Amino acid sequence: MKLTLKIWRQRNSNDKGKLETYPVDGITTDMSFLEMIDVLNQQLIKDKKDPVAFDHDCREGICGMCSMVINGRPHGPWEGTTTCQLHMRAFKDGDTVVIEPWRAASFPVIKDLVVDRTSFDKIIQAGGYISVNTGNAVDANSLPIDKTNAEDAFDAAACIGCGACVAACPNSSGMLFLGAKVSHLALLPQGEPEREKRVLNMMKTHDDEGFGGCTNTGACEAECPKGISLTNIARLNREYMRAAIGSEEEVR
Amino acid sequence: MKLDAKIPEGPIAEKWSNYRSNVKLVAPNNKRRIEVIVIGSGLAGGAAAATLGELGYSVKCFCFQDSPRRAHSIAAQGGINAAKNYQNDGDSAYRLFYDTVKGGDYRSREANVYRLAQVSTNIIDQCVAQGVPFAREYGGLLANRSFGGVQVSRTFYARGQTGQQLLLGAYSALSRQIAAGKVKMYNRHEMLELVMIDGKTRGIIARNLITGEIERHGAHAVVLASGGYGNVFYLSTNAMGSNVTANMKAYRKGAFFANPCYTQIHPTCIPVSGHYQSKLTLMSESLRNDGRVWVPKSKNDLSKNPNQIPEEDRDYYLERIYPAFGNLVPRDVASRAAKYMCDKGMGVGKTGLAVYLDFSSAIERYGKAAANTQNIDNPSKKEIEKLGKEVIESKYGNLFEMYQRITDENPYDTPMKIYPAVHYTMGGLWVDYELGTTVPGLYATGECNFSDHGANRLGASALMQGLADGYFVLPVTIGSYLAGEIRTPQTDTNHPAFVEAEKSVKDNINKLLNIKGDKSVDDFHRELGLIMWNKCGMSRNAQGLQEAIKEIQALRKEFWNNVYVPGTADEFNPELEKAGRVADFLDLGELMCRDALNRNESAGGHFREEYRTPEGEAQRDDENYTYVAAWEYAGEGKEPILNKEELTFNDIELKTRSYK
Ligand SMILES: Cc1cc2nc3c(=O)[nH]c(=O)nc-3n(C[C@H](O)[C@H](O)[C@H](O)COP(=O)(O)OP(=O)(O)OC[C@H]3O[C@@H](n4cnc5c(N)ncnc54)[C@H](O)[C@@H]3O)c2cc1C
Ligand code: SF4
Ligand code: FES
Repeated sequence: MKLTLKIWRQRNSNDKGKLETYPVDGITTDMSFLEMIDVLNQQLIKDKKDPVAFDHDCREGICGMCSMVINGRPHGPWEGTTTCQLHMRAFKDGDTVVIEPWRAASFPVIKDLVVDRTSFDKIIQAGGYISVNTGNAVDANSLPIDKTNAEDAFDAAACIGCGACVAACPNSSGMLFLGAKVSHLALLPQGEPEREKRVLNMMKTHDDEGFGGCTNTGACEAECPKGISLTNIARLNREYMRAAIGSEEEVR
Repeated sequence: MKLDAKIPEGPIAEKWSNYRSNVKLVAPNNKRRIEVIVIGSGLAGGAAAATLGELGYSVKCFCFQDSPRRAHSIAAQGGINAAKNYQNDGDSAYRLFYDTVKGGDYRSREANVYRLAQVSTNIIDQCVAQGVPFAREYGGLLANRSFGGVQVSRTFYARGQTGQQLLLGAYSALSRQIAAGKVKMYNRHEMLELVMIDGKTRGIIARNLITGEIERHGAHAVVLASGGYGNVFYLSTNAMGSNVTANMKAYRKGAFFANPCYTQIHPTCIPVSGHYQSKLTLMSESLRNDGRVWVPKSKNDLSKNPNQIPEEDRDYYLERIYPAFGNLVPRDVASRAAKYMCDKGMGVGKTGLAVYLDFSSAIERYGKAAANTQNIDNPSKKEIEKLGKEVIESKYGNLFEMYQRITDENPYDTPMKIYPAVHYTMGGLWVDYELGTTVPGLYATGECNFSDHGANRLGASALMQGLADGYFVLPVTIGSYLAGEIRTPQTDTNHPAFVEAEKSVKDNINKLLNIKGDKSVDDFHRELGLIMWNKCGMSRNAQGLQEAIKEIQALRKEFWNNVYVPGTADEFNPELEKAGRVADFLDLGELMCRDALNRNESAGGHFREEYRTPEGEAQRDDENYTYVAAWEYAGEGKEPILNKEELTFNDIELKTRSYK
C-alpha cells in the first residue's frame, strides 16, 4: 500500500507547528498503525531527517501512552481501539491520512505528536485513592462485594488514562476520565468513607487544571478506546450534588 | 568475593518473623531527613515508593513514561498468586513455596521463596483494601483460577487486566503520597548513572527526557525497580521502552549480575508476521485453562482449515506427553514442546511457526453446563455453542478481541495460532535476603533483581513478587541499612563524584550523537535480537554461544562506529534514548551468552542441547551447578568474573522435575 501522510510537526511547546506531507510506501495490511509510523521514521532517519516523535510503550492497548488524532478522530477509525491496536487493514491504497496530537489547553504539546498529560495525574492526586497504608488491611474476604457492583467498578476502573475523551470533547472536558475514577471507588464499600471529600476535591482540580465542563455531546464515549460509558458522568454528577449539598466537607 | 545472602537463623517458616522482630528501626524524626530514590513506578517501584512515603521517608521516584501509571506492569494479564486457600483445595504457604522452587527447577534461594509465599496473602488483602476490583463469585467472595505448573487454584485476577488493576492500586497509593508531599515524582526522566561516594550509593544522574537537561539527585539509598530486560531480543512481549540501562549502570559500579541467561519464553503468543514487526503480543497463560494445544497428526493437514480436521487426526501433544498436567505444564516445558513440534515440521500457519490453541471443547463444556443451570432441556448444538461462547467471552473477552484485531481471525470460531516468545527474565541484579545488591545502599526489587523464580518463573508469580518486594519486604529491610545512615548528612550534589558522573553521562550522549553513521538504532537492535534468539534463545549449545559472543562483539564495534542518532542532546529525542538503551543491551547480550556457556546443564528456561535426558527433557547437574552465577564487572573490554552463591536445600528435596 502507498499512503500520503499529513503529520503535525512541532519542534517544542513554543513552536507554532504545522502539517507536513510525507509519502510512505510498502505498507501491508497486517501492520499496526504505529508500525507504519516506524516505517516512515526509519525512512526519515535514513534520509538524515528528524523522525516524528510520538508516545507509545505497551503497544497492546493498555498503558494509555499512544495518542494520535487520525483523520480527525482520537485513536482513529476503529471503535474501542487505541492507536497502537489500530491496524492498516483500516486503510486502503492511495489514502491520505492526517495525523495530529491531542488538542486541549490542559495537554500542551511537547513535540510533534507528544503531549503533556500530567494534569490527569494531578486529578488522581486530589483524591483518586483509598487512604489505607500498607499493612492496615483486613482479610480480603471479610467483606463480600456484590458481583454486579464489582463488575461495574471494574468497568469504570478499566480506563487507561489516555485522554482521548478530552481530545474528542468540544469543551476539552475531562469528565469521562474523572467520572470513571469516581465511579470505580464509589461503587465499592472501601471507597465509602472518603466518598464526598473525594468527588469535591477531584472535581475542583479538574476545573483548576483548565478542563472544560460537560455539555452532554457524548463525543468522549464514542472515542473512548475502553468503552467507558456516559453513565459514569451521570454518576459523577450525582456524587457531586450529593456531596456539595449534603455534606460539610470543605473543598481543599 | 564471598557472597553473603544474609539468610536469618531459625526454621524456614520463622525466618521472616524473626528478622522483622530484630531488624533495626529508624525513628520517625530521622526518617524525614533520610532520602531514598526509587527508580521505577511499576508494581515493585510504585509499591515501594508509596510505602516508604507512608513510613515517613523523603522519597524521589523516577519513571521514563509520562505517568507512573504506565509502567510496564500495567500490561500483565492473567493474574497474581497467593496462598489464601480460599478454595479449600489444600493450598498453603508451604505448597506455594514448594511449587515455586520446583517450578524454578531448584535454582532459587529457599528462604526468599518461603517469605514470598508467606507475604503473598497480605498482598491480596492490601489490594482489596485499595479498591482493586478482583473477579468475584456470585456470593461476593473472591474468585480464583489455575495457572501452569500447579494443581491448586490460587490465582486472583481482574478479567484479563490484572496487572492494570494492581498497578492502578499502587499508583493510587503513590498518588496519595505525592499529594502528601512525601514522594516527589519525576516522570519522563531516565536514570543514566549511579553515583557512589566512599564506596556507598549516594545518588543518581538522570536525564529530563523533555528538555534533555542532565540532573543530579542525591540520596541515602537507591532502590532499583526498573523491570526486566527481555527486549535484548528485540522482539518480546515487553513494552517498547523496557530496558536494562539502570541495571547495567549498577553492574558497572560493582553490583553483581546474577543468572543473566535465565530467560522465560512464553508458550502462548501471537506468531511473528513480518520484518516490520515491533513487538509480540502475549495471549495470557490463563487461556491454557480452557484452551487445548494441538497440531495435525499428518503433514498433509498442515494447511487445511483446522475446523475440518477431525478429532482423531489431531495430536494434543501436551496432553499426550504430560498426562498429569496436560495443557497446564509450566511455560518452559510448553514452549519447548511447541518448538519441537514446529522443528519437526508439524507447525501450522503461513510460516510453519505456530500451533493451535483451541477452545471448542471448552465452549461445548461451558455451553452444556450453562444450559443445565438455565434449565434448558435438550439444547441444540447452536444453543450450546452460543451459551458456551458467552462464558468464554466473560472470562477472556478482551484477549479474544485483541487477538482478532491483530490477526483478523475470530478465535471463537477458528482455533488461535500461537508460538513462543520472549516474555520475562529471571536473571537480574544479585540481591541478598534484604534485597541489597553487592553495592552498599543499592537495592533491587521486582523483575530487575535475580528474584525468587530460579531458572523458570511460574505464571502469576511476577506480580506477586513485585508487590511482595515493594509493599512488604523492601520497606522493612532497607531500614537495617538506613539505621546506620541517620548521621549521614544530605548528599552534597556538588561533590566531585557527582561532577564526574555527570560528565561521563554527557560524554556518552555526545559520543552517540557524533558518530553520525549510516545505520539506525533499530537496525542494530534487530540484529542483536536475531543473534540472541538464534543462539541464546529457547535452546542453546556451546558452539552457538561462542559464535554469538564474537558476533555481538563485532556488532558492538560497528554500533560505536556506524550508528546514526538524529537530533540534539537538549531536546525531546526518543532516538537518543533508544541508542543509550541498545548500547547497554549489547553489553548485556554478551554477558547472557557467557552465563549460558558457563552453565553446563539444562535448568528451567535455560536449555542446553548437550544436556538432555533420553526423552529430550532438561537434564540438570545438581552436583556442579546448584549455584547462583553472580557476574562481576572487571572493566571495559575485560572478561567478567564469576562469583558463586551455593544454594542449599534444607526444606525441599531436589528431584527431577516431572509433569508427566
Ligand atoms: C504482556 C505481559 C503479561 C504479563 N502477565 C503477567 C501475569 O499475568 N502475572 C504475573 O505475575 N506476571 C505477568 N507478567 C510479568 C510482570 O508483569 C512483570 O514481571 C512485572 O510487572 C514487572 O514489574 P516491575 O515493577 O519489576 O517492573 P515494570 O513494571 O517494568 O516497571 C519498570 C519501571 O522502571 C522504570 N524505569 C526503567 N528504567 C528506568 C531508568 N533507567 N530510569 C528511570 N526509570 C526507569 C519504568 O519507567 C517503569 O516505571 C507479564 C508480563 C508481560 C510482558
Ligand atoms: S475515559 Fe476512555 S478516553 Fe478517557 S482517558 Fe479513560 S480510557 Fe481514555
Ligand atoms: S502504546 Fe500502550 S495503549 Fe497504545
